[in-house]
Amino acid sequence: MASTNTAKAFVEFERVQKSYDGETLVVKDLNLSIGKGEFLTMLGPSGSGKTTCLMMLAGFETATHGEIRLDGKEINNIPPHKRGIGMVFQNYALFPHMTVAENLAFPLEVRKIGKSEREKKIARALDMVQMGDFGGRRPAQLSGGQQQRIALARALVFEPELVLMDEPLGALDKQLRETLQFEITKLAHDLGITVVYVTHDQTEALTMSDRVAVFDDGRIQQLAAPDELYERPQNSFVAQFIGENNTLDGRIKELTGTTCVVELESGEEIDAVPVNVSNVGDRTLVSIRPERVEINPDLGPTAHTLNAEVLEFIYMGDVFRTRLRVAGRDDFIVKTRNRADQVRLTPGQKVKIGWLPEDCRALDA
Amino acid sequence: MSNTGPDAITGPTPDNAIRQADIAEKEAAGGDAAHAGPVLAADGTPLKQSLNRALRRQKLRALALIAPLLVFILVTFIAPIADMLFRSVENEIVEETLPRTIKVLEDWDGQGVPGEPAFEALAYDLMIAAELKNHTRLGSRLNYETTGVSSLFRKSGRRVDDIGEVYADQFIALDPAWEEPATWIALMAAPGWSAGEGEIPAAFEMRDGVAEVLPRTADMYGAFADVIRTEDEESVADEEPWNIVYEALYRDLSENPEAAIAFDGENAARLAAAAEAVPGFETTTMSEIFIDIDKDWGSNNTWGTIEAFSSRYTSGYFLASADYQLTPDGIERQPEDQQIYGLLFQRTLFMSMTIMISCVLLGYPVAFLLSNLPMRTSNLLMILVLLPFWTSLLVRTSAWKVLLQQQGVINDILVWIGLVADDNRLELINNQTGTIIAMTHILLPFMILPLYSVMKTIPPSYVRAAKSLGATDWTAFWRVYFPQSVPGIGAGCILVFILSIGYYITPELVGGTTGTFISNRIAYHISSSLNWGLAAALGTILLAVVLVLYWIYDRIVGIDNVSLG
Repeated sequence: MASTNTAKAFVEFERVQKSYDGETLVVKDLNLSIGKGEFLTMLGPSGSGKTTCLMMLAGFETATHGEIRLDGKEINNIPPHKRGIGMVFQNYALFPHMTVAENLAFPLEVRKIGKSEREKKIARALDMVQMGDFGGRRPAQLSGGQQQRIALARALVFEPELVLMDEPLGALDKQLRETLQFEITKLAHDLGITVVYVTHDQTEALTMSDRVAVFDDGRIQQLAAPDELYERPQNSFVAQFIGENNTLDGRIKELTGTTCVVELESGEEIDAVPVNVSNVGDRTLVSIRPERVEINPDLGPTAHTLNAEVLEFIYMGDVFRTRLRVAGRDDFIVKTRNRADQVRLTPGQKVKIGWLPEDCRALDA
Repeated sequence: MSNTGPDAITGPTPDNAIRQADIAEKEAAGGDAAHAGPVLAADGTPLKQSLNRALRRQKLRALALIAPLLVFILVTFIAPIADMLFRSVENEIVEETLPRTIKVLEDWDGQGVPGEPAFEALAYDLMIAAELKNHTRLGSRLNYETTGVSSLFRKSGRRVDDIGEVYADQFIALDPAWEEPATWIALMAAPGWSAGEGEIPAAFEMRDGVAEVLPRTADMYGAFADVIRTEDEESVADEEPWNIVYEALYRDLSENPEAAIAFDGENAARLAAAAEAVPGFETTTMSEIFIDIDKDWGSNNTWGTIEAFSSRYTSGYFLASADYQLTPDGIERQPEDQQIYGLLFQRTLFMSMTIMISCVLLGYPVAFLLSNLPMRTSNLLMILVLLPFWTSLLVRTSAWKVLLQQQGVINDILVWIGLVADDNRLELINNQTGTIIAMTHILLPFMILPLYSVMKTIPPSYVRAAKSLGATDWTAFWRVYFPQSVPGIGAGCILVFILSIGYYITPELVGGTTGTFISNRIAYHISSSLNWGLAAALGTILLAVVLVLYWIYDRIVGIDNVSLG
């Protein structure tokens, strides 16, 4: 779905740069195109430039360099209120001196929409977020989740084609967040709107998005669909930022196109897929997901395996989490499903571990 | 309420809290129906009592901590204010100084001039007051109501000594013993009483029965004895009685020639001889004497004033504050040229409003800028705002004098750029303009600070949200930002208005005659005219006006909407 959406770009960033102080770039050479109807998430640690990008799109920050286009038109110099973009803020930003209905009426009033039509639209928007009975309340009389629903309804009530969301669920508890994640994605798909969503919560990003742009240091480190991002990270930052990840230091020993052999610092060798290494002898960081590791594997005689010592066994209900010492590192994690026949390891036990070569990726060091 | 939302199920949302509060309220309303009785603590005492006991210690400690301040405020603030408010109605001086006169005037019909008994009582009261030097104070008090009374009392006080001299001479001519203090002591004092040899003479004791046969003489001799002892610290045994005592004796003996029978021995003989001679005495009337001292005593107005202000409490000060006066004929409007307080109150309110509005207009943009600039710049600006606070009020006001006067900086500049002709320079000081300019400047920080502290708490995301919803800059400000800054405007307005309505120094210095406030008049009455009662009445009215405005403000804006940050 990702590739089809990018074909006809609805929102485009072209070579966009942003600096606040004239000395450092917060956003460095951003190129991004978002398709119509796409749900794109900007994910990254704080200070990575994702919110700045969102604010430039909304019009609250001006790009220092480059061009931002919406539906083919350059919008760099269009003030925010003329962009027609809906926005949901982290602290909801519901106007405290207005009732819920007045909050929703605001964008319609400034667009000079007649009273009867206004009321129809407000009722529809409130029903959409299942808050139909709350029109007369003040924001302060609502819970956090309810306020966020209203903020969402307000951003949608004037039927924008693009909605921006700036960590909208950050202040809610886990259960509520999961419910709202589901509702927001469903709404976005039902209405066919384009959503740009900013978060630092990777689970949120993976569960909600069509595509995720992972930001770090003012650049997009990887832009891909969630499954691709998780299974085939393009560099060690993405690999470590998304999900749990084991890393091992080593050097490329053999490189044959689609596979390579990495010599670890302990002298042991493993098979891996080369991702962004180019030469034999390069330093590399090997990445392997904890749930793809097998204990005492049966992978055939030629496969490389590593010796490991069990340090800790943690029972977590649905999974077992075992911490091992591998190739001189104490933080190697293996996750195994809680099955009836699953072996429960005891600390001090010596085992062999291995994995399919395609699950192990040799990334930049 | 919709039950489809996730919030309807669990979690401590406000809705749940409200629901639970509702349930609790219903239970409370049900009262003992829901519970068998009051909730008990573990040891069986009612929980409420138990809780109170546990909290009492804390409350006492808290009270002890605020006690010094509480006492300080009570002694230095509440008590003086209460005292001042009381002075606005208090009027004991007339009754205290002229008790006999007031008593006689009770039966006066208010027409013409009262009869001889009133003049007689006045003579007695005035004699005592003159000796105690109270008559001038009473004169000043009544002078607030009727001009000329002060000098009338002063003049009469000087002459009152001589009243009765004609009788004294005739008594002494009859029997030289009447001149001797000892004769009088023997006649009037209780048997066996003596002034004693000590530094301070003993209190005088009146002989039993004298008051019945010689009421006036007893009254006046008693007063004479007291005054001699307490004021002059002399012994009554060494002093010849006042002339007026002879007059009293003459009146008593004329009325009651049989007075001698109450006495024995030498006293009886002397009194009987005097009683026999009295009908042949040369005589005058008191009214003649007083009208001779000053013809104002023959005027209905003078007596009317005394009568109108004879009660212990008076509405006179409040009437005066409202440009009315209490006359013998009832409440009347002050003459046109003396109606100043209504005008002053109106002017004070009008100018305070103007100052308040100027402060909002000038302060709002500054506060807005302050709360939206980066920290470093806003701190610098804040220092500029606070700078006037650190400068003496007098210095600032005097600076305005320099700037605003006709040959001052501002006029010079206006003339130089050609806006104003040199021979037609603006009058910017010693009038209302001057007061408004100077006070707006002085009170501006009181507007900016509460505004700033409120604006600081308005997150920028509200305006951003409004803009993202399609509002122009102006709409976003007016519909979203401004309503949220209203509590700051409210707080600033209350502060500025209440401060300016009672302001004194600045209007005094730059206000001239047309730019002064009611407070300047109050200060005048406190320190110059010494009419504290009127000052207190004006102050009370000012306080009441402020409270009424505060109440109106509460009804319109709501005092909950005031925030000082």
